[in-house]
Amino acid sequence: MTARNISLFVALVLALIAPFVAYPVFLMTALCFALFAGAFNLLLGYAGLMSFGHAMFFGMAAYFFGHVVKAWGLPPEVGLLAGVLGGAALGLVTGALAIRRQGIYFAMITLAFAQMIYFLCVQMPFTGGEDGLQGIPRRALLGGLLPITNDFTLYYVVLAIFLFGYGCIYRFIHSPFGQVLKAIRDNEQRAVSLGYEADRYKLLAFVLSAALSGLAGATKAMVLQFATLTDVSAGLSGEVVLMALVGGLGTLSGPIVGAYIIITMQNYLAGFGEFVLVIQGAIFVVIVMAFRKGLVGEISAWWKARKHKA
Amino acid sequence: MSGFHCYDIFAIPMQAWFGQLLLGLINGAFYAMLSLGLAVIFGMLNVINFAHGAQYMMGAFAAWLLLGILDVPFWASLVLAPIIVGLFGVVLERLLLKRIYHLDHLYGFLLTFGLALVIEGLFQWKWGSSGAPYPSPIAGGWNLGFMYLPKYRGFVVVAALAICLATWFAIERTRLGAYLRAATENPTLVRAFGINVPRLITITYGVGVGLAALAGVLAAPIQQVSALMGTNLVLVVFAVVVIGGMGSIMGSIVTGFSLGLVEGLTKVCYPPGSNTVIFVVMALVLLVKPAGLFGQTK
Repeated sequence: MTARNISLFVALVLALIAPFVAYPVFLMTALCFALFAGAFNLLLGYAGLMSFGHAMFFGMAAYFFGHVVKAWGLPPEVGLLAGVLGGAALGLVTGALAIRRQGIYFAMITLAFAQMIYFLCVQMPFTGGEDGLQGIPRRALLGGLLPITNDFTLYYVVLAIFLFGYGCIYRFIHSPFGQVLKAIRDNEQRAVSLGYEADRYKLLAFVLSAALSGLAGATKAMVLQFATLTDVSAGLSGEVVLMALVGGLGTLSGPIVGAYIIITMQNYLAGFGEFVLVIQGAIFVVIVMAFRKGLVGEISAWWKARKHKA
Repeated sequence: MSGFHCYDIFAIPMQAWFGQLLLGLINGAFYAMLSLGLAVIFGMLNVINFAHGAQYMMGAFAAWLLLGILDVPFWASLVLAPIIVGLFGVVLERLLLKRIYHLDHLYGFLLTFGLALVIEGLFQWKWGSSGAPYPSPIAGGWNLGFMYLPKYRGFVVVAALAICLATWFAIERTRLGAYLRAATENPTLVRAFGINVPRLITITYGVGVGLAALAGVLAAPIQQVSALMGTNLVLVVFAVVVIGGMGSIMGSIVTGFSLGLVEGLTKVCYPPGSNTVIFVVMALVLLVKPAGLFGQTK
């Protein structure tokens, strides 16, 4: 067994026994954000596209889930599907426009679209405006066979969704498609001259990332039973960037680590109000100035350097 | 009561039309001043200054604090506040920004985003998020027959236009501006001529930040002075910058003012759309002319 397989095995065991040690709702929230951060990282870390508006996919999917389950009374599976498809559709429209510009403009465009979606959510009746959608019922899964009112049961469902989502990300990255994405990230002109239609690959990556963010958002609505304006806000778009950055851009496990760190931090600092923002901002500054590889990136770089010496 | 009634102009009182147009013009004045600062900073530093909204807020706060603590009148704050905030910008540039110019643009964006969070968070912590009023320095107004024009609002539009044109003049028509443009094109060559480019960059950032602060001082008597007054504004200004393209100074000015007017018109014709219209325009511009109205296609 390699070190990689061992750590993967340990992580899985930890994930399975975690709800006996920690509060399941906290763990489920963290899993949702870890998947969200992973989906964001798929785009930035592997396609070199920085979206600063990813909350629009997460938040809209949460609203879609809430609406399908609460207003239409359909099972949660349909709600999750609605979240994924809704996220993908929104990703297709905004992505097709945003990839017409590159670099920093891309970030500004996604940010602007997310702000537009935010304003629409404030006004549209189906989102419940300032109140949001509250009390989304936790209906049983699998046609009534699997009740999820119990947090313990739900935890394993959410873990399964997370593993599925992350499995997708892993598959994308290690497929020929992922290789082409990396080629485009590293040198777009070269990839184009080799005959790859860069825009198509970028758009597909954007849609996949939006769909997975949608899965994360819909799952979050299932767990916490509400969808509010916070889920579509620019603040959350910034937070997911922070999660990926703290963990390490372009690493597979980095966003998971980053999401846990940020969610834990928010839990502990909840009483400090504005100071959460100040600390988040300070982390941004420190990471950009000193630890651009992020936690996982720095550790693996140190590990490699040590191996070379030995 | 909703829907389009743009078609029957006479159903809406002229008062409402001109009122909203004036409001649009004032918003446009702020879009123009802020997008101008962003463009100037980006040209020289290759950094999109996400902290622009926070620095605009700092300008308003500086004026408010100068008035409240030292009894400094508005007109003195108009000069003092931008200098104070501009110097703060110089410190930021020397301490942090100058270390990341060699990196991808993305890092400048993230760094200034982090700075914006820190600044706004600290102000919110100290002064709360509900706003404080700033007394209008010019009381009264003119009755123009078709509408009532508060004197201060008229002054803001004229002042903003003057500031924008002065910036344009400084960059396009003076020697310092020529250095600046040359250093934007080819910093290494300009350095070889014996011009201190790093200092030029520092000055540019200080001036850009000062411009944001100046806009903040002008906004103080119109808006409530609050820690989050620049948060949403900077996002709209990003859209303005995407629409106009950052290649041309005059382009930023024209785009800023026109988008303010478009927003004002929307407020009359279709009020629910007024928040989103600029983003819709952005989507359309991306479809038709991706490089922006005044941008160069690359």
